[in-house]
Amino acid sequence: MGLEDLPHNFLTGRVEDLVKWARRSSVWPVTFGLACCAIEMMAAGAADYDLSRFGMEVFRNSPRQADLMIVAGRVSQKMAPVLRQVYDQMMEPKWVISMGVCASSGGMFNNYAIVQGVDQIIPVDVYAPGCPPSPETLMHAILTLHEKIKTGEITQRRAEGRPLEIETTPSSPWTPEQPVAVRLGTPR
Amino acid sequence: MTDLAIRALDGVPTTTGPMVDQIAFPERTAYKALVESLKGSGFEMCSDLCGIDYLDHMTRSLPDGVTPERFEVVVNLLSLSAKRRVRIRVQVPETAPVVDSLFEVYPGTEAMEREAFDLFGIQFTGHPDLSRILMPEEWEGHPLRKDYGSGRIPVQFKEAPGPR
Amino acid sequence: MSAYQNEDEVRSVERPAWSTKETSEGSQELRRRTDTPSDELGRESGAVLQMPDGRVLDPSQIDVDRPDDETMIINMGPQHPSTHGVLRLMLELDGEVVLRTKPVIGYLHTGMEKTAEELTYVQGSTNVTRMDYLSQMHNEAVFSLATEALLGVDIPDRATWIRTLMLELNRMGSHLMWMATNGMDLGSTSMMIYGFREREMVMSFFEKTTGLRFNNNYIRPGGVAADLPDGWEDDVLVICDTVLERSYEYDDLLTGQPIFRERTEAVGGLTAEEALALSVTGPLLRSTGVPWDLRRTMPYLAYDKLDFDVIVGTYGDNFDRYSIRLNEIRESAKMLRQLVEGMPSGDYRVQDAKVTPPPRARIDSSMEALIHHFKIFTEGFKVPEGEVYCAIESPRGELGCYLASDGGAKPYRMHIRGPSFVNLQVLPLLLRGGLLSDAVAVISSVDPVMGEVDR
Repeated sequence: MGLEDLPHNFLTGRVEDLVKWARRSSVWPVTFGLACCAIEMMAAGAADYDLSRFGMEVFRNSPRQADLMIVAGRVSQKMAPVLRQVYDQMMEPKWVISMGVCASSGGMFNNYAIVQGVDQIIPVDVYAPGCPPSPETLMHAILTLHEKIKTGEITQRRAEGRPLEIETTPSSPWTPEQPVAVRLGTPR
Repeated sequence: MTDLAIRALDGVPTTTGPMVDQIAFPERTAYKALVESLKGSGFEMCSDLCGIDYLDHMTRSLPDGVTPERFEVVVNLLSLSAKRRVRIRVQVPETAPVVDSLFEVYPGTEAMEREAFDLFGIQFTGHPDLSRILMPEEWEGHPLRKDYGSGRIPVQFKEAPGPR
Repeated sequence: MSAYQNEDEVRSVERPAWSTKETSEGSQELRRRTDTPSDELGRESGAVLQMPDGRVLDPSQIDVDRPDDETMIINMGPQHPSTHGVLRLMLELDGEVVLRTKPVIGYLHTGMEKTAEELTYVQGSTNVTRMDYLSQMHNEAVFSLATEALLGVDIPDRATWIRTLMLELNRMGSHLMWMATNGMDLGSTSMMIYGFREREMVMSFFEKTTGLRFNNNYIRPGGVAADLPDGWEDDVLVICDTVLERSYEYDDLLTGQPIFRERTEAVGGLTAEEALALSVTGPLLRSTGVPWDLRRTMPYLAYDKLDFDVIVGTYGDNFDRYSIRLNEIRESAKMLRQLVEGMPSGDYRVQDAKVTPPPRARIDSSMEALIHHFKIFTEGFKVPEGEVYCAIESPRGELGCYLASDGGAKPYRMHIRGPSFVNLQVLPLLLRGGLLSDAVAVISSVDPVMGEVDR
């Protein structure tokens, strides 16, 4: 019984805010560092760019205990089933940050060996560009994710039954007047 | 040491090049024996073993008596005592891409030969475990061959809407 | 006696219904001892170097007092906190003791050697630098040195010295990163924080000079991309002094500590004959007592003008490798001071207009400069036909680049000899007979970087 099963009215509004605050204040990432971006992720967790102030310094090694998967690095064809298996083992609610251009779109490696964007395999919430993204960019991505958790947009989508998986045939073509993604302001 | 090394390469066509003392071009049948005699002459370590596909460059310059084939196996040996390098290039035909394995001479070539097999399809007889090493097991084809495309997906920028 | 008839039945019983078989890699994995031919068995148990010349190994003679159904094959990785990237290790265990090991690699295979055939020599540095992502400048340097050997150009002194400066800073950063991850693997989280804290100083110097913290496309064929900024001497000297002083703090934290000593001494011992047979180079080879360092024995760039010591170990165990790398940090600090004092003035790249692009300001005034700039960045400069194997000493060992050119603007074949790829062959030998926790320590001590293993 999660947040989605609660009736959504003014009485349960406070409870929802409390749960959302708890969820975004201690997001625990799973160690999925693959290549160079992993080094920047470790640097973000280290002393100079501290992730511990967001409650995220504990990188859980087991996906069963983690909420967030930061796919840091290039995903090769051999690694793709492993990635899907680790993602499947995570418990709901879970989020994915695609860190770096190789994870977001294949990056500079447009060839036979690299999956062109990790969103071909798992649904992604936030994309962080850069090659590698500096720890500040990663922190911006994490704070964007916190905003997303705060607005509750993710859980609302699931409650309404709108799929979070990528549709193979899009229901409506993307037009500039109807954006699909939620544009968030810069978190303060 | 210098004389021994030169003696080991007697009868084999050789050239020179930048950053190497000699480049030898033995026949496929004499290849392993040459490497063994070089190891006995003081080349303790095999630095590198790789394959090359010369499909697009069959007109490369080779010494007399060496017939160019599609594949080449290039072995770089290093002598720590004499601080020199020697290179061996074996021609491997496309129809029968088989060559002797150097595992018994230098066990360190095991992973390098597996990589050459995986990426080019060159088979090494006498290798303990010739399986793919970099590509997934059910992959078909040998990626670094010149007739294997790079797998690039087309990326078009013409239809994308401009910034809002 | 095993109750299962064939491998499919074993797998169908061991894996639950929801688990996919997609992650299995078939013949690349470790199979039961009865299913493995004798040659491969010898290799996996590390007996390959002790095999007699008869070379027929009886599989039933390996581990006779440990029957096949008492051992367990477990899988470590590719997603695992202590495999230093995406290395997958399959281990056959008897209780806690490791018998056979098989590393399965390729989970980071990027097809960089294929990509290199489609990029020009100017763009080649961006590709090569992402292979060994902890010592990026070394990759760029070996590619540039190989290209320049084929081109036949002479690099000005200042460019050579700037390259040496960057390489030594990179070596220091890489070894600090190794100390951080090694300390973390052995249980010391504070070492992780200290290592990264020092590394940040090197990173900010790189950002000041090259624009990026790492994966900087700085060392290119023809020289370096930009000159050093003003005040660089002070920055480098501050880095040297701070790191040197803090390296003595690491002695307090780790070197004298009894738990660290017991976990690293006499663990993962390697002899010189084994190391040479397996083509191992770098700190692994030096820990066995062989004083082979390419910076001293086959000097390149400005290393023949610098005064430094080659650190050599005695027993070939983890502790020797740790002390080699710690002392190499101190030697790098010593070399950096000499580089600061001796840096010559001059050009930071060769003035051959066919190879290096002209300065941007000149493009406005000279038509020739504009044409050269255009040609270099669209088509690239042509390299004469030939082949070369160039090797330098990266923090992990001998990093080599075999470059074959057919006279065009793109390499015909570029093969990088990654030291970690070859050094990983030492794992079946070192892990045999040790405990599982020693396996973690030994992998960390071998220091693989999967980017250059898989390329």
